[in-house]
Amino acid sequence: MRILALLCALTLLSTSAAGETDDFNRLMELLKTRGRAHSEYIEQHFSSLLKRPLESRGELIYEPPDRLEKRTIEPRVESLVVDGDQIVVQRGRRRHQWNLQDYPPIEPFVASIRATLAGDRAGLERVFHVEFAGSLARWTMVLRPLDAALAKSVAEIQIDGARDTLLHIEIKQTDGDRSLMTLRAAAPP
Amino acid sequence: MTRRGAAAVALWLMLSMLAALVVIRARYVADMSAFLPTHPTALQQLLVDQLRDGPAARVILGAIEGGDASMRARVSAAITERLRTAQQFESIDNGPALHAERDLNFLFEHRYVLSGAVDAQRFSVEGLRTAIQQTLDELASPAGVLMKSLLPRDPTGEMLQIVDELQRGTAPRTIDALWSSRDGQRALIVAMTRAAGSDTDGQERAIGEIQRAFDLALSSESTASAATLRLRLTGPGVYAVRARNQIKSAAVRLSVASSALVIALLLVVYRSPAAVLLGLLPVASGALAGVAAVALGFGAVHGVTLGFGVTLIGESVDYSIYYFVQAHRPDEPARGLLQWRRDFWPTVRLGMLTSVCGFASLLASGFPGLAQLGAYSISGLIVAALVTRFVLPQAVPPTVGVRHVAPLGVAIARGLSRIPFPRLLAGAALIAATFVLYLHRDALWSHELSALSPVSAADQAFDAALRADLGAPDPRDLVVISGTDLDSVLRGAEQAGATLTRLVEANRIDGFDSPARFLPSREAQETRRRSLPDEAQLRSRLQLATADLPIKAERLEAFLADAAAARNAPVITPADLDGTSLKASFSALILHEGPRWNALLPLHPASGTGDIEVAALRDALQRDHCESATVLDLKQESNDLYSGYLSEAIRLSLGGLAAISLLLAVALRSAARAARVLAPLVVAVSCAAALLAAAGIQLTILHLVGLLLIVAVGSNYALFFNRPPADAAAGIDPLTIAAVAIANLATVIGFGLLSFSQVPVLEALGMTVAPGALFALVFSALLAPSLREPRLRRPQPSNA
Repeated sequence: MRILALLCALTLLSTSAAGETDDFNRLMELLKTRGRAHSEYIEQHFSSLLKRPLESRGELIYEPPDRLEKRTIEPRVESLVVDGDQIVVQRGRRRHQWNLQDYPPIEPFVASIRATLAGDRAGLERVFHVEFAGSLARWTMVLRPLDAALAKSVAEIQIDGARDTLLHIEIKQTDGDRSLMTLRAAAPP
Repeated sequence: MTRRGAAAVALWLMLSMLAALVVIRARYVADMSAFLPTHPTALQQLLVDQLRDGPAARVILGAIEGGDASMRARVSAAITERLRTAQQFESIDNGPALHAERDLNFLFEHRYVLSGAVDAQRFSVEGLRTAIQQTLDELASPAGVLMKSLLPRDPTGEMLQIVDELQRGTAPRTIDALWSSRDGQRALIVAMTRAAGSDTDGQERAIGEIQRAFDLALSSESTASAATLRLRLTGPGVYAVRARNQIKSAAVRLSVASSALVIALLLVVYRSPAAVLLGLLPVASGALAGVAAVALGFGAVHGVTLGFGVTLIGESVDYSIYYFVQAHRPDEPARGLLQWRRDFWPTVRLGMLTSVCGFASLLASGFPGLAQLGAYSISGLIVAALVTRFVLPQAVPPTVGVRHVAPLGVAIARGLSRIPFPRLLAGAALIAATFVLYLHRDALWSHELSALSPVSAADQAFDAALRADLGAPDPRDLVVISGTDLDSVLRGAEQAGATLTRLVEANRIDGFDSPARFLPSREAQETRRRSLPDEAQLRSRLQLATADLPIKAERLEAFLADAAAARNAPVITPADLDGTSLKASFSALILHEGPRWNALLPLHPASGTGDIEVAALRDALQRDHCESATVLDLKQESNDLYSGYLSEAIRLSLGGLAAISLLLAVALRSAARAARVLAPLVVAVSCAAALLAAAGIQLTILHLVGLLLIVAVGSNYALFFNRPPADAAAGIDPLTIAAVAIANLATVIGFGLLSFSQVPVLEALGMTVAPGALFALVFSALLAPSLREPRLRRPQPSNA
């Protein structure tokens, strides 16, 4: 009986491991079919340079296949649009346009969030070592940069969510600084 | 050969050799300089400086196409690597320069004198608080990671301020840190030559150098697909070189073709190859003399003039035709020559002088290209006529087996005399032509300089595409600061910059470039340096400013140290820019010639509108007392300049016409006879112009020259047809009619060929002169007083 229990437990364990991979794939499928995503966010920056965290607030809009907009409302209105490999930053009447690859600091942000929202597993795994945990109902992904240059500044990115909704995005720098973005679905207009 | 004759031949030989020497050593150019005035106004001088030596004229853009992306990247890197040390180039780049470490180092090290935001207010408690708050906001943005590393040394965000100002607009796309077209199919290179845009030879050497570097890079590519790699270049210098080569080759090709046709015609008439070759002596001598005269008088021969050289064949070959045909008396050669000298030479001479009068008016033109044409034609025609008169008879007596063409003359005369109401016909033609010209009166002349542009539409489109890819449109509007030294123009640039910044904020323009961003004036540097408080003061202000801010003041020690160092740093000079790519950007915006210094501030038009309101800009600069600033609208100024040339040329041509009338009235001793000679020419010129207008062609200055050529060529016809017959009973000598007809055929062939040329100058001349010469002949005949003499049809005495 004990042996049976043990066997059961072992079986359970192994199904749970297989289930995680399945859940990861199902999550990716779910996100892929989801389409447009619109959330509000509050982001906090923690840094050794700071006495207290910096806080900003805004909206995050994803439009398939590869357009991601981060619209900051506070402390200052600013929009960052990543469309394909073009970055456009609009601040007041000033507009700047760059190529994604010319602007390394933004890469982890784009690669992690955009690929996740797109359900692009291959895209994620091209840039990060991905660790998926939890279930479809409540999951956590830990992304570690594969690129050595990127790994110098970014330690890991942790994204967690429930089904196809992202809840938190935490970017941890190697120097201990980090930013935490808390998301919630935007009120329908 | 008489002693006088021998002397003439010897003199001719000697002068020909001298002229050949001058021609060989002459400098040939094909840039915009032909279109630039000899005595410019201050504004025109700026335009000239810009077009000739301005940075825009020294830029060569290159595109590497074909192969695959990595291959293009390798070749692009190899080219720039090799050419970076080549003396022909001031700079050559294939990727974003601001990424270069030493550029960023320079900007960061000197940020407190470079940043336009630095003033005393900036370092007050309140100013510090605002600036640091802004930087912290920046830290919260996605670019925050980059900011974080700068924050301890640059909490007020001066570096960001500087980079922001320098990196306005749309950056080109990059692949592997190399510039690329939007579609990723072209790797892009931007070179700035040391040679001025007007130095066509220097431009050609620079282009050759790039091509060699490309070939070399290609040869080290092992794969077969490397063969699909192509290098395409564009830019003003590239066009100048291409235009020069095109004119050269077209001039040679068309000269050969039209010479071949004219030679064939002459062979039929002269029946003697020797006579044909010798008959070309006046042509060759005239062309040689023309080029030599221009080289001596102007220092350099322009491609336009060279192209025009071809056209002189059509005119000067007439002289030898007249000589051979008219002097031809197979029965009594000596009498033929004498008679020609006595009866016909004065008419040929008067025709030549008429042409010279017409072209002399061009000499006064402020348009060097036109003045060169004038000098070329005058010297060419005089020499061709003199050689026909004095050298040709020594070399070849009119006894050579010239075909007897009198029957041809008789036939032509007969045909012409059968045309009913000839005067009425000519009058009707004039009225019709006038009517057509009246209908097109508003759009008759093209006032755009681009009408003369030798650059094809396809090339222009490619150039525009590359510039769009690079996010560097051809600047059309500039603010130019003039001064007597570098510092004064930098000060002027800063002052005008303040005005322009306000226009940027008001969305009137999108932005502007300024050399003062790379190197502020001494005064601005000192002001900025003085606005930095001493260390103790800054420390206490920083404490107060950061009290309520989330940043820890104790982490900003590096800032205090940097600010203290900046306070005592020496003034930066152009030498400090050495070794950075900023140096090239800076020198591109500074023009220096003798005591004249200019700073250039190219303007970026507001997106959407595309146009800059130049008048409003001038007003704004004037209100702000920017006395040293001038607004230059390159396209408008060049078109104005060209329009000026055009109206001047029209005025001068009318003056030439008046001079011709006077000359004819004096030479013929009768105003009425002069009018009779001029009448067919007026009709012919009107008809030729009307034909072009009816074909939808807007006339340019080149067509005007063509109209002058019609007068030059046609004056001979009109004079011959109006010549009082030696024997009043004989009417017009049929030999003369034949000679004129053959000469006309040669002219029509020569110019007809030109109208197929791709070179605008040749095409315009061909299309104007070929029909015009025919008109001149026809109307000269129709209006000739003696053609209607019935006795003309009598058998000719010389024919007996």
